[in-house]
Amino acid sequence: MHIVVCVKQVPDSAQIRVHPVTNRIMRQGVPAIINPFDLFALEEALRIKDRTGARVTVISMGPPAAEAALKKCVSFGADEAILLTDMAFAGADTLATTFVLMSAVRQIAKAHPVDIVFTGKQTIDGDTAQVGPGMAIRLGWQLLTYVSKIRSIDTDTKQIVIERRAEGGVQVLESRLPCVITLLEGGNEMRFADMAGMFRAARYDVPHWGVAGAGIEDTSQAGMKGSPTAVAQVFAPKPKEVRTLVIAGNTPQAKAEALLDRMFADLPKLERSLLDHLDALGARQ
Amino acid sequence: MSDAEAKKPTIKKRKSALGERYVGNRGVWVFVEHEHGRVHPVSWELMGKGRQLADKLETQLAAVVIGGMEPQVRALCDEAAQFGADLSYLMQDAVLLHYRSQPYTKGLSDLVEKFRPEVLLLGATTLGRDLAGAAATTLMTGLTADCTSLDIDTSDRSLLSTRPTFGGTLMATIVNVATRPQMATVRPRVFPLPERDSTRTGRIVEHPLGLAEEDVVTKVIDFIPDARSDQPQLAFADFVVAGGRGLSRPESFQMLFDLAKVLGAEVGATRAAVHANWVDPSRQVGQSGKTVRPKLYIAAGISGAIQHRVGMEGSDVIIAINTDEKSTIMDFSNYALIGSAAELVPALTEAFRKRIAAARARQEAVT
Repeated sequence: MHIVVCVKQVPDSAQIRVHPVTNRIMRQGVPAIINPFDLFALEEALRIKDRTGARVTVISMGPPAAEAALKKCVSFGADEAILLTDMAFAGADTLATTFVLMSAVRQIAKAHPVDIVFTGKQTIDGDTAQVGPGMAIRLGWQLLTYVSKIRSIDTDTKQIVIERRAEGGVQVLESRLPCVITLLEGGNEMRFADMAGMFRAARYDVPHWGVAGAGIEDTSQAGMKGSPTAVAQVFAPKPKEVRTLVIAGNTPQAKAEALLDRMFADLPKLERSLLDHLDALGARQ
Repeated sequence: MSDAEAKKPTIKKRKSALGERYVGNRGVWVFVEHEHGRVHPVSWELMGKGRQLADKLETQLAAVVIGGMEPQVRALCDEAAQFGADLSYLMQDAVLLHYRSQPYTKGLSDLVEKFRPEVLLLGATTLGRDLAGAAATTLMTGLTADCTSLDIDTSDRSLLSTRPTFGGTLMATIVNVATRPQMATVRPRVFPLPERDSTRTGRIVEHPLGLAEEDVVTKVIDFIPDARSDQPQLAFADFVVAGGRGLSRPESFQMLFDLAKVLGAEVGATRAAVHANWVDPSRQVGQSGKTVRPKLYIAAGISGAIQHRVGMEGSDVIIAINTDEKSTIMDFSNYALIGSAAELVPALTEAFRKRIAAARARQEAVT
């Protein structure tokens, strides 16, 4: 079995700050990390490798610096990691991104046929959750999103049974390889790289695939050219026109009581709603 | 973010023109999501917004209803009309009984190819995101996820889809210049539920799926419904008590649960608090969590980063509890208590408890 895992290097958005005066984002010094959701996908692939000896290839589209993320994947246990990097890929929206990723998967499959493409449920910088579905359509494979558990994979019959998060419950699906799986967070925990993995990663030369490497003949579907959407403008949100009433008081108790007196005097309906809400809760229990 | 803010005069667009085959596309469509006999409320929220967009474009608003053969599915078309749709595209087939990517993507894409709308909106639920991503790729058109405001540029009929970007620190307005439909997903509770007008009716246009069960690879073999109490019903709570990194310690969250108990509220959290493992990820409010629209939102130790703000600024009343009077959350809070959350939250819990007990005593005195 051969699994391709798609990862993305993202800025650690928990550490992005906005300049308090200019309202500009301060990107200096924000570390780049592997999209945390993708690590669940990689770990799941590595667990299948542990059980079945599957081959695991990691791919990522990004600038040359994204090589660091791929080396890290090798240290965790990936057999191979390929960086898709080319000026022609830059400025891609999700539609153009899935074109390049699909081309790379097809190229990789020429040497070792691919059974499953794994990826995280979404990235933390784009939050779109569109790349998995887009790849499945482009490859013409089955799409299994928000997968919480892989129950079984039968490589002979090509049957796969998974559990996925659906609205209001868990859907159990039986499907067929090849497929694209986007993994839900929390089902596993990324392993630590062992010494051997770290040494291998240090020596590993990450192949860089450009347009030719990925087997792309028509670049009109890649990068900005292949992106139907464009950012028309970026702006800092304006403060809402709200006058904040700071409640004074000598003690926390006095402040809290003053707040309720003032707020419920301003908004008697809110107090009524709260009491009705509590009555309804009491009636239900 | 109000709609007015998203509409800026300085919108820049790339010079590529609308593809010739899309010039005649007309109409705003809303995908009506339903599973196990229940409509997801986000569909009607989108119908309200879709009505405004269709009016601006002077075009029709259509519901897209896809499902199994049960009569309830057809009845959704009438309901859609009451929430503002002029017509419904109805596709019923036993193959469509439960949601599966392949047949739903084919169904929706076929309807779009045949009836050619210019705007298509879906809820950003697990189902909506799966379907939107697959359909947009099938149709080779642009899709903007998790929009917090939608508007129309009437000069070229383009949809202005605004969403947070850069980890929720800035807002970006996205346009789709060359292709149609212009697709967008919006999360539940971002737009208010429109008034229902039970006198409104709409016509129904039926279209077949044209796919046999044998042609669908993936089979549903089981569905395990969530136990109701397991998942916090945060998105639909009227009262929410939330905490952020300003609480300093994970134990401080217990104080919020105490306050929430007195108010019958749900507990929410910022991304920072979730990343610190203080609370379960299902409680996250914000761009990468849930959007809430409660009557009252109490924010303790929350600085008010945009990532969080977009998930809660639709609250009717916001109380901020913060040590810093200059904290960003003061820009959009109605009331503020300045001081340590460790002292103020228990004090507020006690004040609410007294107040509620007093109201109860008055009620009993009357009856």
